[in-house]
Amino acid sequence: MAGSAATRKAGYTAVSFNTLFYYWREAVNSIFRNSWLSIASVGTVAVSLLILGFFTLAAVNVREFTQGIESGLEIRVYLKDGAARENVNKMQAQIAGVPGVSLVDFVSREQALEEMKENFGGRGDILEGLDKDNPLPDSFRVRAENADNIPDLAGQLMALNGVEQVIYGHGLVEKLVSVTRWARLTGAIILCFLCLAAIFLISTTIRMSVFARRKEIGIMVLLGATNWFVRFPYLLEGMMLGLVGAALAGTVVYAGYMSLTSHITQSLPFIHPVTDRQVLLQVMGGMLGIGLLIGALGSSFSIRKYLKT
Amino acid sequence: MINLYNVTKVYTNGAKALNDISLTIQKGEFVFLVGPSGAGKTTLIKVIFREEIPTRGQVLFNGKNISRFKGREIPYLRRKIGMVFQDFRLLPQKSVYENVAFALEVTGASGKIIRSRVPEVLNQVGLADKSRMFPSQLSGGEQQRVCIARAIVNKPALLIADEPTGNLDPDTSWELMNLLSEINKNDTTIIMATHAREIVDSMKRRVIAMSDGRVSRDEESGVYSSEL
Repeated sequence: MAGSAATRKAGYTAVSFNTLFYYWREAVNSIFRNSWLSIASVGTVAVSLLILGFFTLAAVNVREFTQGIESGLEIRVYLKDGAARENVNKMQAQIAGVPGVSLVDFVSREQALEEMKENFGGRGDILEGLDKDNPLPDSFRVRAENADNIPDLAGQLMALNGVEQVIYGHGLVEKLVSVTRWARLTGAIILCFLCLAAIFLISTTIRMSVFARRKEIGIMVLLGATNWFVRFPYLLEGMMLGLVGAALAGTVVYAGYMSLTSHITQSLPFIHPVTDRQVLLQVMGGMLGIGLLIGALGSSFSIRKYLKT
Repeated sequence: MINLYNVTKVYTNGAKALNDISLTIQKGEFVFLVGPSGAGKTTLIKVIFREEIPTRGQVLFNGKNISRFKGREIPYLRRKIGMVFQDFRLLPQKSVYENVAFALEVTGASGKIIRSRVPEVLNQVGLADKSRMFPSQLSGGEQQRVCIARAIVNKPALLIADEPTGNLDPDTSWELMNLLSEINKNDTTIIMATHAREIVDSMKRRVIAMSDGRVSRDEESGVYSSEL
């Protein structure tokens, strides 16, 4: 059967240029045929991603801000009186070796007194008499890599030999950590809901265009079209809608954020919003990626039931 | 080419459409499938086309058991089978040419093959001068010829026609039968389900008569109903 051999061979060849053109044409035609629905779904993707984009930028700023506070948190490790200077170096190495410690500074008792005087400003003379009989102990100033670990770390440092007392912002640290954790969790949940809403809307749009062409799909299946051949134009359509929505949202978010930050830096100079181009581009790229993904997911949900064989 | 062994099909609602059918159709045969509505003709066609899977028994196409085909193999089976329907099933928004080309497009054929093959079959079915028209501008007989052109453009080994003359007047029906005979001469096997008594009686081809899901009669050069 020469004829069937030829068709079989044609069936297995790589995707032809003609087929790619077919996919593209079908997807574009469908978008314009259902133009109102297409606009509606682009709009919903745009709105969802718009909220998502601003939300993400807000989250980035909050994270930057809390990290700023967290990195300022330190543990003070006071040493017992009379620790020998050569022991100090050993201890510094020991503390630096504890996992989770990012920085260790030695503050000698003389230095501590100097700092104290500075803190008193012009009234440093109050401490005059203490020069001879300095009551302040030697200490280490320890920074943690992660604020979550501070209470833990403090316990570990307390157990070291020659340590008199360990002090950190007890209570404050715990509160700060729990607040930021809570903020991150609610943020993630809200983001998930927004994405689901956008997926749902895209899938509705694609379902309409699939429904309008269910007869055509039935004929395609009869003519021996593979499931991928039937599915691909719809997938492309969904991805295009998602991408256009994401690009719209990205443009608005970028422009809006830029003007917002320039206003803030002018009127509230002590606040430093994140304006790093690298970070902004990452957020924009993420939005485009999510737009594509939402489109692809939405359309694959709605085409699935028409391809049961 | 097609072998059915003890094929039984029971639908989920309990209806027994096919009851222990065994038959063989050779390559190049022209077979009429006759019998009252509900006798199981359409289900038999669906089982061969792999639209339905038999509840029991096996269907072999070119020696391959198609009941065991995986989902992704089915399209390649269907490209070897051309289907013609009573209601034509043409796409109204596509021209005659586009409707026929569509059958090649969905198989991923190149533009070069499409441009040479489509005029060829339109010529074969006598519609070369109507290729730019739309189905709604054609008569029933012409639409059915477009449907046949679409079915054979892939050079299928088997052409299945489910009551192709059901919507056509007698003269047009005969034109269509001549066309199918021509296609059959080029070694394409044809299975045609029909109620057209005169056509079956005068064509003198193999007739498989069905009733209640069974083959009640299977004869070479048969007629529509057995003589009483």
